Amino acid sequence: MDYLYYPGCSSKGNGIAYEESLKAVFDALDVRMDELPDWNCCGATSYMSVDEWKAVALAARNLGLAERQADGKDGVDMIAACSACYLGLIRAQRYITDYPELGKQVTAGLEAVGISFKNRVRIRHPLDVLMNDIGTERIASRVKHKLAGMKVACYYGCQIVRPYATFDDQQSPVMMDRLMAAIGAETVNWPLKTRCCGGSLSGTVPETGLRLSFILLKEAKKRGADVVATACPLCQFNLECNQGEMRRLFGESLDLPVVYFTQLMGLAFGLPSRALGIQRLFIPLPAHLLSRVQEGGRNVRV
Amino acid sequence: MSGFNSSTNGHPPRIGVFICHCGTNIAGKVNVPEVVEFARTLPFVAVAKEYKYMCSDPGQEMIKHDIQQYGLTRLLVAACSPHIHEETFRKVASEASINPFLFQMVNIRELVSWVTEDGHEATEKAKAMIRAAAKRVLFHDELEPKKYPVKPGVVVVGGGIAGIHAALVMADAGERVYLVEREPSIGGHMAMFDKTFPTLDCAACILTPKMTTVRRHPNITVLSYSEVVEVSGFVGNFKVKVKKKPRYVVEEKCVGCYECIEACVFKEPRFPNEFDLGLGKRKPIYVPFPQAVPPVPMIDPETCIQFRTGKCPKGCVNACGDRDGIDFDQKDEIVELEVGGIIVATGFDTFDASRLPYYGYGIYPNVYTGLEVERLLNASGPTGGEVLLRNGQKPQSVGIIHCVGSRDENTNRWCSRVCCMYSLKLAHLMKERTGAEVYNFYIDIRAPGKGYEEFYDRLLQEGVHFIRGKVAEVSDWAMTPDEENRLVIRVEDTLIGMVRRIPVDMVILSVGLEPQRDAQEVTKLFNISCSTGNWFMERHPKLAPVSTMSAGIYLAGACQGPKDIPDTVAQAGAAAAEVLALTHKSVIEVEPNTAFIDERYCSGCQICVGLCPYSAIYYDEEKKVAVLNEPLCLGCGVCAAACPSGAAQQHLFQDEQLYAEIEGALVGVG
Amino acid sequence: MVQQPHQRRIKYQAELDSDFGRQIAAMPGGEKVYSCIQCGACSGICPMSIYMDYSPRRIIAMIRAGMKNDALRSQTVWLCASCYACSVICPRQIKITDLMYALKQRAIQEGAYPKRFPIPVLAREFFQTVQRDGRTSEGRLIARVYLRTNPWRLLKQASLGYRLLRHGRMSMRRESIRSREELQTLLRSVG
Repeated sequence: MDYLYYPGCSSKGNGIAYEESLKAVFDALDVRMDELPDWNCCGATSYMSVDEWKAVALAARNLGLAERQADGKDGVDMIAACSACYLGLIRAQRYITDYPELGKQVTAGLEAVGISFKNRVRIRHPLDVLMNDIGTERIASRVKHKLAGMKVACYYGCQIVRPYATFDDQQSPVMMDRLMAAIGAETVNWPLKTRCCGGSLSGTVPETGLRLSFILLKEAKKRGADVVATACPLCQFNLECNQGEMRRLFGESLDLPVVYFTQLMGLAFGLPSRALGIQRLFIPLPAHLLSRVQEGGRNVRV
Repeated sequence: MSGFNSSTNGHPPRIGVFICHCGTNIAGKVNVPEVVEFARTLPFVAVAKEYKYMCSDPGQEMIKHDIQQYGLTRLLVAACSPHIHEETFRKVASEASINPFLFQMVNIRELVSWVTEDGHEATEKAKAMIRAAAKRVLFHDELEPKKYPVKPGVVVVGGGIAGIHAALVMADAGERVYLVEREPSIGGHMAMFDKTFPTLDCAACILTPKMTTVRRHPNITVLSYSEVVEVSGFVGNFKVKVKKKPRYVVEEKCVGCYECIEACVFKEPRFPNEFDLGLGKRKPIYVPFPQAVPPVPMIDPETCIQFRTGKCPKGCVNACGDRDGIDFDQKDEIVELEVGGIIVATGFDTFDASRLPYYGYGIYPNVYTGLEVERLLNASGPTGGEVLLRNGQKPQSVGIIHCVGSRDENTNRWCSRVCCMYSLKLAHLMKERTGAEVYNFYIDIRAPGKGYEEFYDRLLQEGVHFIRGKVAEVSDWAMTPDEENRLVIRVEDTLIGMVRRIPVDMVILSVGLEPQRDAQEVTKLFNISCSTGNWFMERHPKLAPVSTMSAGIYLAGACQGPKDIPDTVAQAGAAAAEVLALTHKSVIEVEPNTAFIDERYCSGCQICVGLCPYSAIYYDEEKKVAVLNEPLCLGCGVCAAACPSGAAQQHLFQDEQLYAEIEGALVGVG
Repeated sequence: MVQQPHQRRIKYQAELDSDFGRQIAAMPGGEKVYSCIQCGACSGICPMSIYMDYSPRRIIAMIRAGMKNDALRSQTVWLCASCYACSVICPRQIKITDLMYALKQRAIQEGAYPKRFPIPVLAREFFQTVQRDGRTSEGRLIARVYLRTNPWRLLKQASLGYRLLRHGRMSMRRESIRSREELQTLLRSVG
């Protein structure tokens, strides 16, 4: 199983630990992932606000480059780990099909710079690949230390399942919960798992944007979560790095660790924590949880 | 055999073409004078005329007059759909002494003016269709409508209020009625309701007398726990096969004492009662509800110890004693019925609320569907009519969410018509029985029936809250202390223009109506069609609302579309009247569109014999040819299409007629 | 919005742009605005609607009524977090999030957006950076947005920035692709 990998801008900055842990986990599972050469920004939400057609062209360049990598093969799977990138690329594909005039211009524009484009790339989310291609059996067999006793609130965020539900239930996705179960963790029943974290509004209008994140975290904590697992660099940033600001704004200290689901997988696989970017967390995983992981989860809950 | 000289005695045929304006319906798009001019140039056309309303008396008179004056031998009318006026103009032909089948109708309204944007294109299409018909009609033969005797008797499929009412009307008129119901008892959904809107009549009080009358009526045979498995024949002469499923209690021997239920090895009811939607319990041997008709228990083999292990003391058998009514070896039984007409009254299903997880059904125990609440309110329901939540408590506040699975492109597009009113009814009953605060969340209140708006007003007076907005979410996460441990309804109150969060103890989802899950199979069984959304299609939405495209088969009740009880009963009465009009004829005329087999060309390959869905073709071993048993032929055309040698043909759809029509349509097309 | 006492609440037909609804309906995302039944499900599920001057439902009503100025100048479209909850729940399958994008574009084209409101500024900064470099560099982008809208907040956020730097989660490096000219040619050819 070989995949192309579209890192997205965040992987070079705030989301670096997502990339580190994703690569480490895929390595451990012997799944090859090649970075798309000279990829550019997916367009995200901001670009769409200014010029929709250019946003689609921008995303489509990546799709064209991916087809070039496929080297004549009929279709290629490209992993996009960041939710915004994942959606941005899929949305570009849909727009190209749904709005033929736009599709024509984009295809012609790509041809003009020497990129042939047939709209044949399959954009895949890591959760999709892990659950549907690799499978829980293979994942479970790689687990060294079950995350027994660790209560995880799985946070899917918005854009993995909305507006296009490509690999999971749109209303109540379950893939991450099943994945966490496969590595021995306990997941909490948390109805807010696809409610918005505030997205980029946490930076631009913090009093309102941060409240969204605060509500999510507070409810996760109330339901006994030890940690929140995320699948998007912006969600992770909002939920983790802004906890200080939340304390200031809402007068309540949460101190709830927020990690990437791939980091938890890496820990269960027994990979070195530095390879997973664990040291980059603002709110460290509590020692008792980590020690339990290292001791193989045989400890009873403290 | 055909050929356009056969009926004209050697004279060249003379065609009359009559083109209707239909007011502006056709003439507003099609340039009729131009089409008339064009028609005059066609071969064998002796006269072409236009008229504003060809179907009017003067229009018909004009055609008759011209048939005489010009000595017409073929007739062509270009107007609306043949469904509407083919009969009219066939009669005109007859009255002017032309065989009515030497006539062809061209539909330049539904197929041209109504569906073509451009006037020029419409005119050209009308011309092409008239040219095609003028060629085709040359090959028409003189035919006689076929006449068959009509058998007495009617099968009514579905024993809900629609089927019950239709059966009673017909039985009272002296008709023999077979009422087929797939559940163990007749009664349908209405039997599950507590009260009915807007009068708040007790549903059982008004339904059970009718059920009892059905049971006692000498002209009605109830086939409960039975399903129609095969329908053959045609209008006036249907054969219907019904499968009686084993209930393991012999209906003829049972006296309805229910001692068998008392004596069951299970002392307490332990298994979910289907009739109570799983809210109540029953034993393996049970009657679904106290007023069931027939009042005969049945055994559920899934839960009965005897069926599962073969080692039960069989208290039921002992209790029944000499009556010997229990029969563990009962098998499916096929009953064959011959009847003149059929009423399909198979009803509806309710929307499966778990398809919308954001309303929490199946996730939060105190989210119910409207139908479940009917059972909770009902005195014979699982709580004896006391509204208790699954945690055993009385609700202090109740939210009723309208339009669940209705008016929504993600689920069902239609308005289910009854939910507003049943929501109001439930709101009233909840307030009356529990004193709870009741909130209705609606998009629009639709209360157009007699006394319905007044009922809405009554609810407003009673202090029920009405919030206009489609609920976005039912959840169990709290933002304020009073939301803790309750269900929270989040909605935009669109009239105030604010989002509101309203904590409640109980949520009632007003689920919409859907076609029965097996509606598609039913359409195949009865050879009827569906409108969008899988509701059974009436012959005409306004003028033939209970007929279907299959003659002799009628619709009643919600299988045709969502309907409340008054409308259902009215429609059932109408269907009954239509069937009586059919069965009270001694003879029925049928379109002579049957097949015929020209022995000269038949190679004896027997392909048609195997394909004929009505077993109307057999193989003559001596002559080595296929032979048609004409009375059985329904004119489906399968044999004609499949015959490799052209021996099998169908009247009104003969090869030379169709080829002529195609040729006429395509002349001059690139 | 808080109402001022004695503020007139009336719309004259002459103030409306009767073609506005048709124009929006012709943009991607606007296709089904005329199907809206004003049920409010979008606004009920929207986590941001409680901060908006007009709920998304009202924006749709305003589009159809031709209230172009009010719709384009509202904060609503800029407060959309693109979570798509509305698009998914809408019983008429109106792509409300995409509709918001359409309105944002119109607002930027017509210069109708709130000038110092950071969200449109972010959008434009983002657009220009990507146009030039092919990628964004989060640290630089955020710094520029704050400088343009609220420099004081940049100072307040300095400690967060420092922590990100120290954890290796932010760099002030300017990220860029190799084929910048190719990308610019492509972007020029579309639209």
